[in-house]
Amino acid sequence: MDLNVTWFVLLGVLLAGYAVLDGFDFGVGMLHLLARGDLQRRAFIETIGPIWDGNEVWLVTFGGALFAAFPEAYATIFSGFYFVFMLVLLALIARGVALEFRSKVESAAWRQTWDVVFSAASTLATLLFGVGVGNAMIGVPLNERGVYVGGFVTLLNPYSLLVGLLALTLFVMHGAIYLHLKTSGPLHVRVGRWLLPAYGGFLVVYLLTSVVTVWTVPHATAFLRTHPIAWAVVLLNGFAVASIPYTLRRGWSGRAFVASCLTVCALVLLLGLAMFPNLVTARPAPENSLTIYNAASSQRTLGIMLIIAGLGMPFVIAYTSVVYWVFRHRVVEGASAYH
Amino acid sequence: MDVVLLSRWQFALTIMFHYLFPPLTIGLGVVLVFLEYRWLRTDDPVYHTAARFWAKIFGINFALGVATGIVMEFQFGTNWAVYSRYVGDVFGSALAAEGIFAFFLESGFLAVVLYGWNRVSRGFHFFATLMVSLGAIFSSVWIVIANSWQQTPAGHHLVEHVVNGQPFLRAEIVDFWAMVFNPSSIHRLVHVWFGAFTLGAMFVMSISAWYLLRGRHSEFAKRSFTGGLLLATFSAVGQLISGHLNAEMVARHQPAKLAAFEGIFETGRTGTPLYVFGWPDERAGRVNAGLPLPGMLSLLVYGDPSRPVPGLDQLEPVYGRPPVWLSFQSYHLMVALGMLFLASTLWACWSWWRGTLFQQRWLLWYFVFGVGLAFVANEVGWVAAEVGRQPWAVYPTLAADGTVIGGLRTSAGVSEVVTASEVLGSIVMFGLIYVLLFVLWIFLLNRKIQRGPDPDGGSPRPVEGPLAAVAAAQARLRVGAPD
Repeated sequence: MDLNVTWFVLLGVLLAGYAVLDGFDFGVGMLHLLARGDLQRRAFIETIGPIWDGNEVWLVTFGGALFAAFPEAYATIFSGFYFVFMLVLLALIARGVALEFRSKVESAAWRQTWDVVFSAASTLATLLFGVGVGNAMIGVPLNERGVYVGGFVTLLNPYSLLVGLLALTLFVMHGAIYLHLKTSGPLHVRVGRWLLPAYGGFLVVYLLTSVVTVWTVPHATAFLRTHPIAWAVVLLNGFAVASIPYTLRRGWSGRAFVASCLTVCALVLLLGLAMFPNLVTARPAPENSLTIYNAASSQRTLGIMLIIAGLGMPFVIAYTSVVYWVFRHRVVEGASAYH
Repeated sequence: MDVVLLSRWQFALTIMFHYLFPPLTIGLGVVLVFLEYRWLRTDDPVYHTAARFWAKIFGINFALGVATGIVMEFQFGTNWAVYSRYVGDVFGSALAAEGIFAFFLESGFLAVVLYGWNRVSRGFHFFATLMVSLGAIFSSVWIVIANSWQQTPAGHHLVEHVVNGQPFLRAEIVDFWAMVFNPSSIHRLVHVWFGAFTLGAMFVMSISAWYLLRGRHSEFAKRSFTGGLLLATFSAVGQLISGHLNAEMVARHQPAKLAAFEGIFETGRTGTPLYVFGWPDERAGRVNAGLPLPGMLSLLVYGDPSRPVPGLDQLEPVYGRPPVWLSFQSYHLMVALGMLFLASTLWACWSWWRGTLFQQRWLLWYFVFGVGLAFVANEVGWVAAEVGRQPWAVYPTLAADGTVIGGLRTSAGVSEVVTASEVLGSIVMFGLIYVLLFVLWIFLLNRKIQRGPDPDGGSPRPVEGPLAAVAAAQARLRVGAPD
């Protein structure tokens, strides 16, 4: 495995970490308006309050690592999808500010406003990320310099919108399972009633997307023909998806959450396999694609970065675990610790 | 309006708004570590109250720093794609290191600091506060290294890189440590730290002085104020030395920037004056209405009052010409404010020693508003550093024969595919959001300050509804701190 492949894998790890962790934050956000009354909403926010900004750091680090390891891809993606990234920034700023400021003033109108902002921003961010993944799967128009030559509307094609919908249903389910794990008392019971509908919605869109992908995006499934071992990932994905209702019916909210995390990771893994070795797939001229070789930094830089990651990431994982351990308790409605 | 100018305006807007928060959290982090350490050592509840109060203020500022900081990382790619392709190999690794070493540390342990008062031991809470403070400081390390490399590039070479048969030049690392310890990194980093400590200290002093003037929370306010005063004085003295070393470094590596700072249009035959103030006229090439100290700049830079400092007449053909008026005024304002901070903190220390500090209401009123000046000093310092670097995004290096090698002009770094109307649209968007955030920030800070510290370390909020009993039991177990 050369350094370019290693960095492709490490970016995948960062992306999977981000999708798993901020995925449930977004899910909590999308479900937020279903909570009844101020105390329930405070409890919802309390489940992610201490950790959401740490979760967002996975995205920041993913962006930094993409910039450092594959500057060509970073430059093309961020400048080509200018308007999309401005919307992403709008959503992330609004989400963060809503989370931090909502409970600081005791006014119903103030809180209702921020609740709506929080929920809308979480929905918008998820949709944008999903549409982005859809376009990464099918490819976007690039010129021979590897510069994006499409427009904003190019990105809103039916397949990408379907993947956007998949992201919405996935994170709603992931967030609901997380809430089920982190709440107690009547709120826990109430969240429990959302689980199966959320799962059902995800399953329908997931199956539809799988069929459509196999039929209409042949290059995205070519790896299964060339490397049959990759069927293991498909099986893992199926196993994770199937074990969610199994664990939920037995009331194992912890295991259900693990299954949900595995589902998200398996989907990121499938995305990586479908794209490899491309970072930005070009369509209709695949020879213009930006790959992990033509878009990369020098070998020396990739090596230095590997040392930095090797030194830093064990610490990151260690103290992230400590923080999650400190806040492992279930949230009790009405016993807020900070706001 | 062209894309380059609009993108520069957008960058200025977003970075200047963002930079309200990081120096504040760096400075407040040091204050928090001090207060919790004292609490741990003395067991005096006043320190506990103070630490909890300033931690909440820290939380508001941190949230805004995160929200506005992610814009900065994305913006290199969205608006400055050609620049990103040119510097990614060098600049990107510093940015990634910032995420891995600094942001995870800061945001992870901040959860413990803000939400963990009753979940972890006092010792662990102190450790978490220390880690948050270190995380804030680490983040400044990597971003200042990256920016310093743009100012005084080192440890790299220029390579022709080919994408799909299209060749172009880019910078690649050859010596990582030479890149990290480029000629300006350490000088500028220390300068940024002292600036941040000054701001954090003056922020604490501002709120404390206001409490003292109003006769509220006197014990808390006196301790916070004197703690802040010590840090502010230390930083102001340090900044004097650091500022001098920076000026020498700029004279050596970015002479055109120094010429713009000091309004040296023409190289003199004898010593170059230092202007205390002035009004540079760029067309006429002279400084109007100024107060020059003859030979002073030569003395400070070279230790020789009669050796002339090169002016723009000599330097412009080599380095190009930075905007002189803005460089001059922002630099002079920064220096003037630094001198004011030095004088006022030394005077306050002297008064404290004589025991008259808290009787001088005018001095307390000055410190109430002094924090605004500290914000201005931090901002204009960066304006001077960045505007003085123009017309370059990455400064060129000087070859033995006096010509420049490499470098990337700001006008050449902008994205190929982004249009002026797109940038105008995003400037409007950021402008509106940031005005709203600014109003919210002031509003929430004001609420926290009006409410003041909770003297008993916080009492639980009354709870209504069917869960009141559960919540009350929970609250008895671990005393929460609502708001």
